[in-house]
Formats: sequence, C-alpha cells, structure tokens
Amino acid sequence: MSLPALSIANLSKNYDGVPAVNDISLQIEPGEIFGLLGPNGAGKSTTINMIGGVTRIDSGSIEVFGYDNRKDYQKTRRMVGVMHQEVVIDNFFTIDQTLRFHAGYYGVRDDVAWRQRLIERLGLTPHLHKVMIKLSGGMKRRFMIAKALIHKPKLLILDEPTAGVDVELRHTLWDFVQEINQQGSTILLTTHYLEEAERMCHRIAIMNHGNLIALDSTATMLKNLGTRGLLVHLHSAQQTLPEQLKPWGATLDATGLSIHFTLPADRTTGDLLPLLCQLNLSIKDIETRQASLEEIFLQITQDDRSKP
Amino acid sequence: MNQQPDSAFVAWLPFYTLLQKEIRRFLRVASQTLVTPVITASLYLFIFGATLGERISVVEGFSYAQFVIPGLILMGIINNSFSNVASSLFMSRYLGNIVDLMVTPVTPTQFIMAYTLAAMLRGLAVGLIVWLISCCFATLPLAHPLAALAMACLASFLFAQFGIIAAVHANNFDSLAMFTNFIILPLIYLGGVFYPISILPPFWAGLSHLNPLFYLIDGFRYAMLGVGDLSYALSFGVVTIMALVLFIWAATLIANSYRLRN
Repeated sequence: MSLPALSIANLSKNYDGVPAVNDISLQIEPGEIFGLLGPNGAGKSTTINMIGGVTRIDSGSIEVFGYDNRKDYQKTRRMVGVMHQEVVIDNFFTIDQTLRFHAGYYGVRDDVAWRQRLIERLGLTPHLHKVMIKLSGGMKRRFMIAKALIHKPKLLILDEPTAGVDVELRHTLWDFVQEINQQGSTILLTTHYLEEAERMCHRIAIMNHGNLIALDSTATMLKNLGTRGLLVHLHSAQQTLPEQLKPWGATLDATGLSIHFTLPADRTTGDLLPLLCQLNLSIKDIETRQASLEEIFLQITQDDRSKP
Repeated sequence: MNQQPDSAFVAWLPFYTLLQKEIRRFLRVASQTLVTPVITASLYLFIFGATLGERISVVEGFSYAQFVIPGLILMGIINNSFSNVASSLFMSRYLGNIVDLMVTPVTPTQFIMAYTLAAMLRGLAVGLIVWLISCCFATLPLAHPLAALAMACLASFLFAQFGIIAAVHANNFDSLAMFTNFIILPLIYLGGVFYPISILPPFWAGLSHLNPLFYLIDGFRYAMLGVGDLSYALSFGVVTIMALVLFIWAATLIANSYRLRN
C-alpha cells in the first residue's frame, strides 16, 4: 500500500491563545486533488503554511510521503511546491531569473525543457524578461504557479490560486492543474470558488473556526448533504396546497401553477411521485435540481456556527 | 515528478543559488551599492588628500592623508557589508518574499553563509576600489598585506553578521536606519578613523578602548602603515572574539527562524 501524499495528525496552532487550527487530522492519497474549503479565517492558510514550513507547528504532526516535515524538512520541502495566497514576488529579478533561482533553491539542476514548458503553458513567454513589478496581477498569479512547479513537486499546494483572476485565466489554470494532476502530482487546493472545488476536487474538507467540520468525497458530500429541489408545473391552477404535501416541504407559488419541493437527503423523487399521482394533480412537467456545493458549504458552516 | 539530489554539488546548489542571487541583487543596482559608496569615499579622500592631507601630520612619518586612508577603506567595507545583508534581508521580510525561501530546503547554515559571503564580497569590493582610488591621493604603504586582508575580511564578516541581526530585529525602515545612524556611524567616527586615540586626553582615550571599532580600525591601520596605538595581536584577538559573538547571535536567530517564520 502506498504512503499517503500528506498525513496530518492532531495539528494545532494558536496565535496569542486564539486557536487558528484546532486538532485537525486528515490524509491525502497520492494522485488526489483535495479541496480545503472554508470561510475567511477558517485556518486553511495556516494549515498550508504549516505544511510548507512557513508557520511553526504548536502540536501534532505533518508527514509528506511518510517523512516528517520537521525532522526531514529538506526531503519534504523538495517534494512540496507551494503557491501562496498573497502575491509574493522579488522586484529585482525577471520571471526567467526567478524561476532559475527557485529551481536552485530546491537543489534541482535547471531543466530547460521543463522550465520552457511551464513558461509556454502558462502564457508567460512574452513577459519572460520583465521584472516582476511590471507584470499585471494575472501574470503574477501565473508566474507564482510556475514558481511552485519549477522543481517538479510531488505535492502541489495551491492557496486560492484563482482569487481575483478573470474567467479566462481561471479556466486556463484549472486545465493546467488537472493536466499536472494527470501526470502524477497530488494537489491540495484551497479556494473560495466552490464551482472550482466541485469541478476539480476528488475529495473535500471544510474548515471553520480552525476546526475540520466535514470531509468526504465531493460526490458523496453532494449526495448526502445536498438537498434536492423539485418543481412540479401544473396544467390547472391550485387554490391551496394539498395538506398531504406539506410534510414534504412543498410551497405553492403565487400563480397556483407550480409547486416547489425541497427534498431532504433521505427522500427521493420516486418516493414523491406516487403521492402526486394519488392526488390527481394535472402534472404538466417536473424539474429537478441538485444543491450546489456552495449551498452545502453554507449549510455546514451555518450549522457549525449555531453550535454552542 | 520529484527529483532527489544526486551529489554534494546538488545538495549545496541551494547555497550557490542564494549566493548568486544576493550578488546579482547588488550588482543590479551597482550605482547605489558600489558607485555611491566609492564617490562618498572619494570625496573624503579629496578633502583629506588633496586639500588638508599634506598640511597636517598626526602620526610621525606619515601625512594625514596616509593616516586617514586605512580608516576610510575600512569605513567603506563596514558600511557596505552591513547594508548589503541588512537591506536585502529586511526587504525580504518587509515585502513578504522571505516565505519563498522558508518553503525551500535551504538550511540555516546555507542561508547565513550565502548572505554573509555576498555581503563580504560587496564590502571588500568597495574597500578595494577605495584603496585603488586612494593611491591617486597619497603614496600608501602596505606593511603587512596578509594582516590587512585578514582584518578587512574580519570587518566585513563581523558587519555582515550585524546586518543579519539588524534585519531580523528591525520592525520598519526607521528602526533599521537607527542601527546605522545611532550605532555604526558613532562607533566609526569615535573609533579613530580621523584621529589617533593617543592624542586624546587620558579619559577619552580610555573610553575609546571600550569602542570595539577602535580595535578594528587600529589593527587595519597597523597592517597598512606598520604603526598603530595597539599591537596587531590584541586588535586581531578582540575583533575575532567580536566576530564570533555576533556570528553566534546571528546564527541562533537564523537557526530558530526568529521573526522569519511565525
């Protein structure tokens, strides 16, 4: 059995007595794209900074492919590439120079073909010899991904890689990250764009107030936690909602021609259909819709907030 | 995808790279880092060499220009070794790009060696240029070349360590400037660059012996002119101890990533 790409056990971090990360444990398998979601201040970046070595660990442990990231920090850091949330650049040097320096910091001889591929794939070629200060925000983001990948890390950590970038660049970055993943890299992604997590991640963990409050495969989370909506269009208007439908969370719209249902996770459309037939409602059409990850996220974080 | 280091060269590649980056950083702004300090030193040389230098003598057998030049060379070495590491490391902290290094396998030893060597190179380069220019203003003896080189290297090493300490402790540009304005400059000016301590009244001469830069300046002057207020062995010993103390202090800060990691 292969070692986990990342194994976090009972990880905690406090700032001035306030817990930023509170006893979290999780494992990421090799080849996964793992999403770490949570509102601002949830502890995502602190967790990532502890994995990368920027932030000290108060208690608990982090292992990267079986190596402890404190005892064997040289080994683990060579295996990890981190794209930080904040744009971090050195205005003295050009993209080309900085990428070469970064390969060297990781003890990797300059691989011209790989560097060239990153530059071309991320659309950095026209800006290669510009100093950082002259780059647009989007270009800086692209450069930061190239910088995180220059030493060919086995575990790539992307802390909100698409924050503040335009739609086109976002899609370019998604495609590139998936390509990197298909070539064998494990990816840990934090994002505010739930569409991004829903589209990219195999598994998702949700953090809130430093705690890990949910962890499951994206599909299971959508299936188990997602309420489904059902909209029944009728041929003839109803004056009132039949009493039998009220336990199903049904509401009749103002025209009387549509009934909205919010189905809990344990009920299916199939359970409802016999009742609709029995009531002799003149059904014109039925629409169903799955709750998005965004709705699930809001539901989980609100539930967590309401806990004493 | 990952590549493992396959030799000692690759294991030390992070150090070579960081050293190369630090050298290229000061060369990229050579007008500030090399030309400006040389112009400043040249102005001093003009004042003390071409104007007053031949008219005053504070040490028998030497013109004032000859007396003051070793101090001016050392001042260039000290200021530039300190500034190189202090500004580079502090800016990295201030702008946040220090995290780029913190996530890499660069070891504390490699970190401190790279910053120190780059700072020493800049300091010694400025010192060398000032020395060459000073030859236009006065005939300069070089009584003990190896002793002069050793003292110059020690001075640049010592102030590279002090630069690391300042960069780590400074909270803003003002506090960084305080290290230069309130510590280095007074110690240099009161350390005997412009006058021999022996001409001071006994109280002030005694007090000057508490100034660590006095030993550095006097030792370097002895190595160049062959005369000094103290023996070279005493100066060398005191400076070596100071360098070790500051190195241990700086190394402790870097090894513990003090104010570099949170």
